[in-house]
This record gives sequence, structure tokens and C-alpha cells, in this order.
Amino acid sequence: MTATIEEEQERDAHITARDLTMAYGDFVIQRDLNFSVRRGDIFIIMGGSGCGKSTLLRHLIGLKAPARGEVFFNEVNFWKSETEEQERMKRNFGVLFQSGALFSSLTIAENVALPLGEYTDLSPAQILEVVSYKLSLVGLAGFEEFYPSEISGGMQKRAGLARAMAMDPEILFFDEPSAGLDPVSARLLDDLILELRDSLGATVVVVTHELASIFAIGNNSVFLDPETKTMIAGGDPKRLLAESRDPKVQNFLTRGEKGESDIKENNE
Amino acid sequence: MLKKTVTPCKIAFSTPAADKLLINVAGDWVIGNDFPPIGDVQKNLEQHSSLRQISFNTEELLAWDSGFLTFLIKVRDICTQYEIEMNKEGLPEGVQRLLTLSSAVPERKGARRETVREPVLARIGVKALDFVRASGEMLGFIGEAFLVFVRLLSGKARFRRSDIALIIQECGPQALPIVTLISFLVGLILAYMGAVQLQMFGAQVYVASLVGLGMARVMGALMTGIIMAGRTGASFAAQLGTMQVNEEIDAYRTLGISPMEFLVLPRMLALILMVPLLTLYADLVGILAGLFVGVTMLDIGFMEYYHQTVVSLTLTQFAVGLIQATVFGVLIAIAGCMRGMQCGRSASAVGEATTSAVVTSIVFIVVAAGVLTIVFNQLGI
Ligand SMILES: Nc1ncnc2c1ncn2[C@@H]1O[C@H](COP(=O)(O)OP(=O)(O)OP(=O)(O)O)[C@@H](O)[C@H]1O
Ligand SMILES: [Mg+2]
Repeated sequence: MTATIEEEQERDAHITARDLTMAYGDFVIQRDLNFSVRRGDIFIIMGGSGCGKSTLLRHLIGLKAPARGEVFFNEVNFWKSETEEQERMKRNFGVLFQSGALFSSLTIAENVALPLGEYTDLSPAQILEVVSYKLSLVGLAGFEEFYPSEISGGMQKRAGLARAMAMDPEILFFDEPSAGLDPVSARLLDDLILELRDSLGATVVVVTHELASIFAIGNNSVFLDPETKTMIAGGDPKRLLAESRDPKVQNFLTRGEKGESDIKENNE
Repeated sequence: MLKKTVTPCKIAFSTPAADKLLINVAGDWVIGNDFPPIGDVQKNLEQHSSLRQISFNTEELLAWDSGFLTFLIKVRDICTQYEIEMNKEGLPEGVQRLLTLSSAVPERKGARRETVREPVLARIGVKALDFVRASGEMLGFIGEAFLVFVRLLSGKARFRRSDIALIIQECGPQALPIVTLISFLVGLILAYMGAVQLQMFGAQVYVASLVGLGMARVMGALMTGIIMAGRTGASFAAQLGTMQVNEEIDAYRTLGISPMEFLVLPRMLALILMVPLLTLYADLVGILAGLFVGVTMLDIGFMEYYHQTVVSLTLTQFAVGLIQATVFGVLIAIAGCMRGMQCGRSASAVGEATTSAVVTSIVFIVVAAGVLTIVFNQLGI
């Protein structure tokens, strides 16, 4: 049965990581990651703080070359491609960084408009319309002329989200999108992510710790473990909760209520 | 803060049973108080080889804070080392809970960095390798910058024209006050130094030639270069470094926008344009300072000074200064932008990048000034 699932995953895989090993210098962060993200998936990267989630994201968006292994987009090997081909693939990505990473010398509107101005033939007026629309999606209508330093951390996160969505990309990468948001905004964000997937057919890769949103939106996942330095589980988070025997996974998915005693035993 | 009187920490050991050690703690176990050395505990453990358990009596414990806990953690580590059970029951309840919490997440293996002191030879080797690597990176950056300029010339470079205007404003007009002050003083100093010697021969009118030549050929460019290194080179490094920390540079990359074109190119262009212009201005101010000294202190007539300056200065002298200024501009821009782009991901890394940008550009400037002076001399200009 597992074989068929894996076969199916391979078939319409949008992103595939094969034997991916990530390291900073000689310091290995995670090794031998194998997973694939199907088209239209909302794929959750989870694991404890500092286990390498952001690092994995940096490998997937082409910022850091893997120490070993490969990353495929639509069966094209990213790191073996020519620079121009890589640039073309990257144009299908929308990325929200953990810190928001807004361009501090540009206003919020200019931040969102930058990719539009670079890659489309829209007139300035049309660009402005798109920008206002994207900002209204994240609840920032009216903040067009503010500079990043003039808005709060959570608002910067949302503005970063608007910039990531500016080009209606095929794949969206979000690093902790709901960190710093109030519960209601976080909930709205989940709805927005689902909507992006359903209406635009986007594939979404999300790093998040929010259990509520993991179960609400995720239909595929990878669980990174900092101790063994590799993935110890993967698949639908709801199924993981119901079926996974691994105490660390159970511990994580139940906020430490289940599996904790098992972990103690394991350690002692 | 009011200094309270603290009762000294006391520790006493007793053995209620052969395999049990009871530790009596008394006094104020607070940070700032002198704790008994942990060696005492260890010694006691070693004396009783049949020990299986240690426990605590804290009836005389007056106060405790994190200091007490760090002490207990050390005791716990020793206990694990000797495979002895540590009975927490005698401890105050809060201490017990905090102790349990501190052991809830086991220390990540390999996360703690070992600081090993390496032998001198090894360190020299590491430094040498670092130097080679740094030189390689520098050449890499210069190569990239060159390619970006090629793209600029072929009209393919993407950047915002409005950025250039803004950066020019920042590194040109806004630097005028400091450039005025420094070059006026340098002109003044040149005039005085010259006057002391020349007056002995009654040839003080040659102060005009000295100041004119000095400013136009070297001092104008050198002073402007050093000011710009401290002012603009440092600010470029800090700006780009902060962008590196904020992941902004990564964000440009993922948007497919080359930070070299979008961020570095406008900065380099602005600086390479502004340093020669500021140098010309500095030359002028320096010469005016000389004129001021000549007319007011040395009794040289205004027209006489003017005439002597015009006679001794040719366009070639200015050209020599401008060529140097352009070279300095390129060097400062490279050093500032390179250190910014190489910056690590922390606030202290930005500080280091800024310092290193200024040091690098001043070293570059002085070396280049020396080389160029020799070259011009050899060419007979
Ligand atoms: N530039 C770097 N150089 C060296 N090591 C790094 C660097 N960046 C991160 N690391 C290390 O990589 C590990 C993973 O970092 P990463 O930022 O990917 O964690 P994370 O899973 O995103 O954590 P969080 O949930 O807190 O954001 C950490 O242990 C960190 O020490
Ligand atoms: Mg992270």
C-alpha cells in the first residue's frame, strides 16, 4: 500500500527532494531528506526550533546549494540547471521570509510592485491596482505609502505575504507566516492560503508551529528531528496524529501531552 | 540599589547512613554572595565510595535565587558522573520545580561549541588560509562588479534610476560641509608650513604655488578620499550589511533581481561620480585657504597671489588629482559594498563590516596614492 502512495506522489510531484543533505560548512543540519510535494499540496515543514526548517526552505528556493542530493521542480533538477533556467524557475516562486525581509528603502506599495514592474508589462496605474488588491487581501489596505520601519512586526509579515503573492506564483514558500499575528488574523491567513491553493492552483510550502493551522490546512508534511538530524515522519498531518507511533511526532502534534513519557523512557 | 546585609552561605556534610550523604545548606544563597567551592562536594563524594544517594536539608536556608540553582546543577552533574542518585525532596518546592524544568530538554549533542586553544603554528596557518580565501573573495567581488559594469554599458543592467539620484544626494552635496572644513584647514596648514621656510628667502609668494600644486595634485584627492571612506564607504557597508541581516538581499535574489545590479551598481556609480567632483571643490577651497593666509598674514597682494597660482597650475595638475580621485572613488565603492555584501547575519557582524570597510578603503587609498605618485613621476607628469 505504501508503495502505491509513493508511486502516486512521484507521478504528479511538483517539488521533489532526493537524498538532500544540508550543511553549513562541516556542520550538518539535516541529512538524507526524501520527500515530494504534489501539485496543489499544502505542505508543512515542521520540527522543533532550530532543527533546520528555514534552512530547508533556503535550499528549496535556490538560495543555498545542498551539500549533497538534489531538488527537482517538475522533474527538472534545479541545481544541475543553467543559471538562466534557474532564474526562470525562480520566477514561479513567491517567498515569505521568516523576518519578512521587506526592502527597507521602499514603501509597502513599492515592495509589492517591484516584481510586477520587473516582469510584467503592466502600466503604473494597473500595477497600483494590483498592489492595492494584494494589500487588501492581507488586511493592509491604506498602508501603501508607509515604510517597513513604520509598521508593526505582524504587519511587516503580512506585507511580505502580499509581496510573495504579487506575481500569482505557482509555488508559495512561507516561513512562519502566522508568527506575530493575533489568533483571528492567523485564522484569516489560513483561509487565505486555502483560497490561494483552490483558486490559483498554487502549491504552498509552509513552515509553521501553529498546530491549529497545521491540521486546518496541511495535507502533506515532513517532520525534521534535530537529534537524529533527519526526517522521522512525513505525510498528512492528521494521519500522522492518528497513526504515527513515533513519540517525538506524537509529542509535537499534541503539544507534549502525548508521547512525553515515552520520550523520557527513550532518553533514560 | 540598597545593599542588604547577607548572611554568608554555609554548607555542612553528614552521613546518616553508609550509603547516604546529607548536605546541610544555610544562609543566603543569592547571586553575589560567596558560595562554597563545588570541590567540597566532590571531595566528600570521593571520600565515601559506597555512596548511593545524596539529599539536602534546607531548614536553615534563608533565601535563594538562580545562584543556588546553578550550584545545584553542578551538584547534579557530579552526581550523574559518579552515578549517584540526587534526592530533591529536602529542597524548597520552587527549587525542585525549576531543577526539573532545567533537565526537561536534554542538551543538544554537538550544539555546544568546543573552544580548543590551538598552537601558535596552527593559528598562523589558519590566518594565512583565511587571508588567501579573503583575497579570493575580493577578486571574485571585483570580477562581479566588473561584469555588472559591462551589463550597464550594454544597457542590460536593471536598477532604479531614482536610487542613483538619492545616493548622489547622500554622498555628494551632504558631504560638502565636512569637505569644506577639512580642505580649508589642509590648505591653511600647507600655507603656514611653506611660509615658515620660504619667508627665510623672502620668497613667500611661492606659497601660492606650493598650496596650489599640493592641493590639486595630491591633497585634495587624498583628503576627499579619506573623508568619503569614513563617511560613505562606512555607510554603504552598514546599509548593505543590515540588508543582509534582514534577509533583504536574499529576497532580491529570489525575485530574480541581482543585488549587484540593484544595490551595488547605483552606489558605485554615485561614488565614482561624486569623489572627483568633491575633489575639485576641495582643491578650490584649499587654494582659497592659502590665499587667505597669504593675504592676511604674509603680506602678499591678492592679485600677486592669484597670478602666482595661475602661473604654477596647469590643467595637467588638476588632471593628475582627478585621476587619483576617480581611482579612490572606485576603491572606496568596492571596499564599502564588498564588506557590506560579505556581512554575516548579526548586529555585531554589521559593526565589523563597517569597521573593515573603512580600514580596507583607507589602506587601498594610501597604497594607490603611493603607486600613482610614483607612476606619474616616472611618466614625468
Ligand atoms: N548562517 C549559518 N551558519 C551556521 N549555522 C547556521 C546558520 N544559520 C543557521 N544555522 C544553524 O542551523 C540550524 C538550523 O537553523 P534554522 O534557522 O534552519 O532553524 P529553524 O528550524 O528555522 O528554527 P526556528 O523554528 O527557530 O526558525 C541551527 O542549529 C543554527 O545553529
Ligand atoms: Mg526558522
